[in-house]
Amino acid sequence: MVEMRLDGNAIAGLLREIFAMEMTDAQGTCGNCGAVNEVGRVQVYVHAPGTVVRCPSCEHVLMRIVRGRGKYWIDLSGVRCLEFAEA
Amino acid sequence: MGFISRGFRGRRRDTASSSRVPPGQYTVTDFPVLSAGPTPRVNLENWTFSIEGEIDEPKRWTWKEFLALPSETVTKDIHCVTKWSKLDTTWKGVSVDTLMEGVETAAEFSTVFSDGGYTTNLTLDDITGNKAWVAYEFGGQPLQPEHGGPVRFLVPHLYFWKSAKWVRGIRLQKDEHPGFWESNGYHIRGDPWQEQRYWGD
Amino acid sequence: MARAAVLGRLGCQLGTLAELKPETPRVSSLYLDVPKWPGHLAGQHVDVRLTADDGYQTERSYSIASAPEDRRLTLTVERLEDGEVSPYLVGELRVGDKLEFRGPIGGFFVWEAQDERPLLLVAGGSGIVPLMSMLRHRASASRKPPARLLYSSRTFEDVIYMEELARLAAAGDGLSVHHTLTRDKPSGWTGYTRRIDAAMVKDVAWPKDTMPAVFVCGPTSFVEAAAQLLVDMGYEPRWIKTERFGATGG
Repeated sequence: MVEMRLDGNAIAGLLREIFAMEMTDAQGTCGNCGAVNEVGRVQVYVHAPGTVVRCPSCEHVLMRIVRGRGKYWIDLSGVRCLEFAEA
Repeated sequence: MGFISRGFRGRRRDTASSSRVPPGQYTVTDFPVLSAGPTPRVNLENWTFSIEGEIDEPKRWTWKEFLALPSETVTKDIHCVTKWSKLDTTWKGVSVDTLMEGVETAAEFSTVFSDGGYTTNLTLDDITGNKAWVAYEFGGQPLQPEHGGPVRFLVPHLYFWKSAKWVRGIRLQKDEHPGFWESNGYHIRGDPWQEQRYWGD
Repeated sequence: MARAAVLGRLGCQLGTLAELKPETPRVSSLYLDVPKWPGHLAGQHVDVRLTADDGYQTERSYSIASAPEDRRLTLTVERLEDGEVSPYLVGELRVGDKLEFRGPIGGFFVWEAQDERPLLLVAGGSGIVPLMSMLRHRASASRKPPARLLYSSRTFEDVIYMEELARLAAAGDGLSVHHTLTRDKPSGWTGYTRRIDAAMVKDVAWPKDTMPAVFVCGPTSFVEAAAQLLVDMGYEPRWIKTERFGATGG
């Protein structure tokens, strides 16, 4: 069952579509426990009605992403802060 | 349309129209596992199922008490919003009508909640009148953890995201509170026959 | 890493299959000619999209096996028995066919030879693919940090790139390759014959005071077990980058 869990690399393409830049090396601060991790390190569940991203330290939901009917619905409220370099 | 991959068929999806298969669905013979998080580890010694919220006296059952309740075996078709449908699935569990016996409430809505934090919202109308169960067996076997065991909610007339895995209780509410997926793009009700998949459908 | 190269939504590209090379009974490499390929970094992947004539589409990610210096873009794909995409890529696709994909993608699980830290690569099964891109890139570099590869496969037949790895290790430029087989003990085999464990990792991994750069890739359970063994040895989690392939998909 642990095979259901991937990491941030699995959503690199999806995040690129949304943010229009590479995000896996961006640093996110978990709104629940304060852990700071590169997006590449987060836990990712893709076998679901949507994509669920969880903190690798406390498993709290960082992001939810749903695609359908030509739209994205994104909840980033689990991420207190996202840091990445300017181009 | 753009580029087509020569010779690509994709998985053979049985979309033959049938009065049992809602629009946009295809049937499968396996049982796909979908998960939004780690499988909770459940200790049956401490496990309880409760009905709480807009209720004079909340009800609670331990695992032993729950198993002692009158149960039913039902055969139902299930429909996942990710488009697969599985026909004639057999479940054993306790009807929500049994659990709600004697409950007086002004609530019209509910939140079904699970270990691990998952929630889904359902109207009382959608979970009473022989429409919903709290199930602990699938196909004659104890429900496996990957499919929501020991106990999951079963409300097969709606998309299967509403049949919450690892369920722990029902919270009765006067107002509607969108659950985990309903608050993030998925339809508040989720009727597969009206193809209510997403917001705006 | 040059960020200017990674701005903007990625358009879909079409590559033409120039050569198909079987690597093992289940694994083949696809050599693609891609006009206007922008270049990539070792460790990145592409998202391949297949479209059936009824409009049905599906996508899968595949790691790039070729080095940034190589002429053709190479993907190495394992055909999964119940897969939807992999049996098409390894089985149906023919030389001359076009393949649609987006990429290169990835900014975390990447390695450049200018990183001077000793390199430790740990691969489970097809997890070797992005690490091979790193080793091929290292082979072209003028300055090569010392490197070690620990590669776990089921059987001897399943080992991908066996000869090329032997050749790279024999070059005498600071690379050593260590194999383990989990379901096989061929006669004459000098590698390990068991799942990776603390003793194996202690033998192969760089001592912790060398503060190496570590990349671990393969199925989720392999990656998490390997990473934990390294942390148990005293490695800092931040030295270790992981890429989980998951057991499904393909």
